[in-house]
Amino acid sequence: MKHDVVIIGSGIAGLRAAVELAAHADVAIVSKVFPTRSHSGAAQGGITAALGNEEEDRWEWHMFDTVKGSDFLGDQDAIEIMVRDAPRAIIELEHMGVPFSRTAEGTIAQRAFGGHTRDFGKAPVKRACYASDRTGRIILDTLFEQSIKAGVQCYAEFIMIDLLFNATRCVGVVLLELATGKIHAVHTRALLLATGGAGKIYKTTSNCFSNTGDALSIVLQKGLPLQDMECLQFHPTGIKGLGILMSEAARGEGGILLNRHGERFMERYAPVIKDLAPRDIVSRAIVREIREGNGVGGSDYVHLDLTALGPEKIKERLWEIASFATIYAGVDPVHEPVPVQPTCHYIMGGIPTDVDGRVLGADEHKPVPGLFAAGESSCVSVHGANRLGCNSLLDLVVFGRRAGKAILSSLQDGGVTHDKPDSPGSGRDTIEKLLAARGKERVPAIRRELQELMTDHCSVFRDHRGLETAQVKITELKHRYRDIGLSCRDRHFNLELIEALEGEHLLNCAEVIVLSALHRRESRGAHYREDYPERNDQDFLHHTLVATGSGGMEITTKPVQITRFKPVARTY
Amino acid sequence: MKHTFKIFRYDPAKERQPRYQEYQVEAEPTDKILDCLNRIRWEQDSSLTYRMSCAHGVCGSDAMRINGICALACQRLIKDYGEGPLLIEPLPQFPVLKDLLVDLTAFFEKYRGIWPYLLPDDPAPEKERLQSPEERMAFDEAIRCILCGCCTAACPILEDNQQFLGPAALLRAFRYLFDSRDRQKGKRMELLDDENAIWGCKTHGKCTEVCPKEIQVTQSLGRVKKKIYDSKKAP
Repeated sequence: MKHDVVIIGSGIAGLRAAVELAAHADVAIVSKVFPTRSHSGAAQGGITAALGNEEEDRWEWHMFDTVKGSDFLGDQDAIEIMVRDAPRAIIELEHMGVPFSRTAEGTIAQRAFGGHTRDFGKAPVKRACYASDRTGRIILDTLFEQSIKAGVQCYAEFIMIDLLFNATRCVGVVLLELATGKIHAVHTRALLLATGGAGKIYKTTSNCFSNTGDALSIVLQKGLPLQDMECLQFHPTGIKGLGILMSEAARGEGGILLNRHGERFMERYAPVIKDLAPRDIVSRAIVREIREGNGVGGSDYVHLDLTALGPEKIKERLWEIASFATIYAGVDPVHEPVPVQPTCHYIMGGIPTDVDGRVLGADEHKPVPGLFAAGESSCVSVHGANRLGCNSLLDLVVFGRRAGKAILSSLQDGGVTHDKPDSPGSGRDTIEKLLAARGKERVPAIRRELQELMTDHCSVFRDHRGLETAQVKITELKHRYRDIGLSCRDRHFNLELIEALEGEHLLNCAEVIVLSALHRRESRGAHYREDYPERNDQDFLHHTLVATGSGGMEITTKPVQITRFKPVARTY
Repeated sequence: MKHTFKIFRYDPAKERQPRYQEYQVEAEPTDKILDCLNRIRWEQDSSLTYRMSCAHGVCGSDAMRINGICALACQRLIKDYGEGPLLIEPLPQFPVLKDLLVDLTAFFEKYRGIWPYLLPDDPAPEKERLQSPEERMAFDEAIRCILCGCCTAACPILEDNQQFLGPAALLRAFRYLFDSRDRQKGKRMELLDDENAIWGCKTHGKCTEVCPKEIQVTQSLGRVKKKIYDSKKAP
């Protein structure tokens, strides 16, 4: 098979790039799931832009908040591009048909969100544009529908198993077709990776079953680096035990967090913006409250109280999360508080790219020809060590579009043809080996142990001892993985085979996360080391890069781009 | 507590006839049906096949028939059902590809056919198109639709007429027909004014009964009928 451009992943980043390219190139989307099932659809609260529809706002304030939210690890050149492009990106979505909620004047409604402030931190500002509490799903649906209108071809239920190279140029991808078990080599002039996150490394996560870090792991196996993988976000308000999110919009609309004494404890941790502090700060505060015995009933959760909002506001703006609380926690948030605790949510790290989605290689950070990345699987880096709520959907549409444009101009350069790969790739061997695997280990057991390990040692709080334990055990799990056995031999729709492929990706991602976390002997954003509780700009104001070298995994660093805002103490 | 799951099994590539297989699963009252299916697959029988993704009723992957009623396996808990074995079957009316996993090709073809995108005819303004909160709320429920297929699988009309568009596609048509920003309402109504389109609906209401997102599907389709009827009546 052949296409000018193949996009791996049908979430918002991938679809936005596809829509950009459709009129000018032969573009196909490949997805593990049917496109509208993609996990961008689980984003609830909104998408940020300094539109100023509800109150005064400026892109400079948005930029400052994003930089400060990132704990000064975000690249400021990229952040400036994102926030300045944000109003245009939102208007474009509206023109495509996204049914944003509205103000009385008929303009796009906006609400407050964590870490977004007016006048460089003075008070919360209404910056998140939203469509009830289904903002991600409705943008996903709208972009998918635009891709239908533009005639984009889609291979649903196909899985990427390998990348093809001609010398240093990426020239294609090897896919497994789930319905048949057939292997397809697809030759490309440009390949975009947009496979999303890797949250399934953790026991409790807001992520879907498909978020297994496939592109991250495959890129790593090809000798390319991963950036800032220690920076993982734990969302403060997952429903207790389940990880299903109660959107930050709940607090944006006036909800508050309470400990067992009924105390609004965020007043102590962030006196100015309180419950609307960035997620890393709120998650740490909740875990501290729990550790100090202030969890509800002395247990491992706190309360999210929405009872002051009233039934009308909840029905109009938070219907879906209210339904989650009712169905899964048996709690009606109109009348009772919801039990919540931090849950693994988002990885700020990923495949390093420039501001146009070009994947940067290990060799002096030069672009890898023919290979692009966007969305959560990429690291531009606009989120640094901690992403602000509603900046992710913005990242997807801004950098998805930019990747699309960069791909188009790379095709128009003319020199880019369908080159033959150096080798047919390892895809077929991988599948045959797995189908024949008769070892004694089982993938679900290895995966469960990994999830427990990462949850115990590499979550909201970390230290050297725990990380080292995790490192040793991941090595053991990787060793045991070599002795796995599959009992389902089917080629068509073999879920056990798919989970075996994903299991290896999870192990690879976890290994890099722990190694990067060991390297960063400071606390910055979501990466908090109890043995190094302070930020250390002198030694660690740099990006972490991990790549597989001749002697195993190697760490290098790269400077952070600082343009407008010098690092200062991060208080709220 | 142990629960009995009686699950529809069928692999058309290998078997002539579907069969039912029983499994015993340890489960808490608050466990999702999907949790139990995963437990069976991970601990007892890795060949059991179904779709799943988000596991909290947003993506729409795991629609199936539970004790005879179309629902999402991730949205139903053990405590929602009484004593006795749980009967798990694929969505009816869709061809089975393997066990609980069905062919959605025709379902999505119908959805693609109703022009599921905004058709504005004016050049886009510099800023957003204005829409009052009331205009926006006119189709608020319909945008909860996650295309899971429960409504369409439960629709009795489709049992006799596979040409009927079905409630999911028609609900998406409603969403655009009632969006004040859309400017091709005449064309849309022409498209829907057909026995296999909106007039195929005989208001059985099964779609509304099973909708996991509590959308008043039947009522919405009724509003489409009325709009078409009124447009013909008008001088």
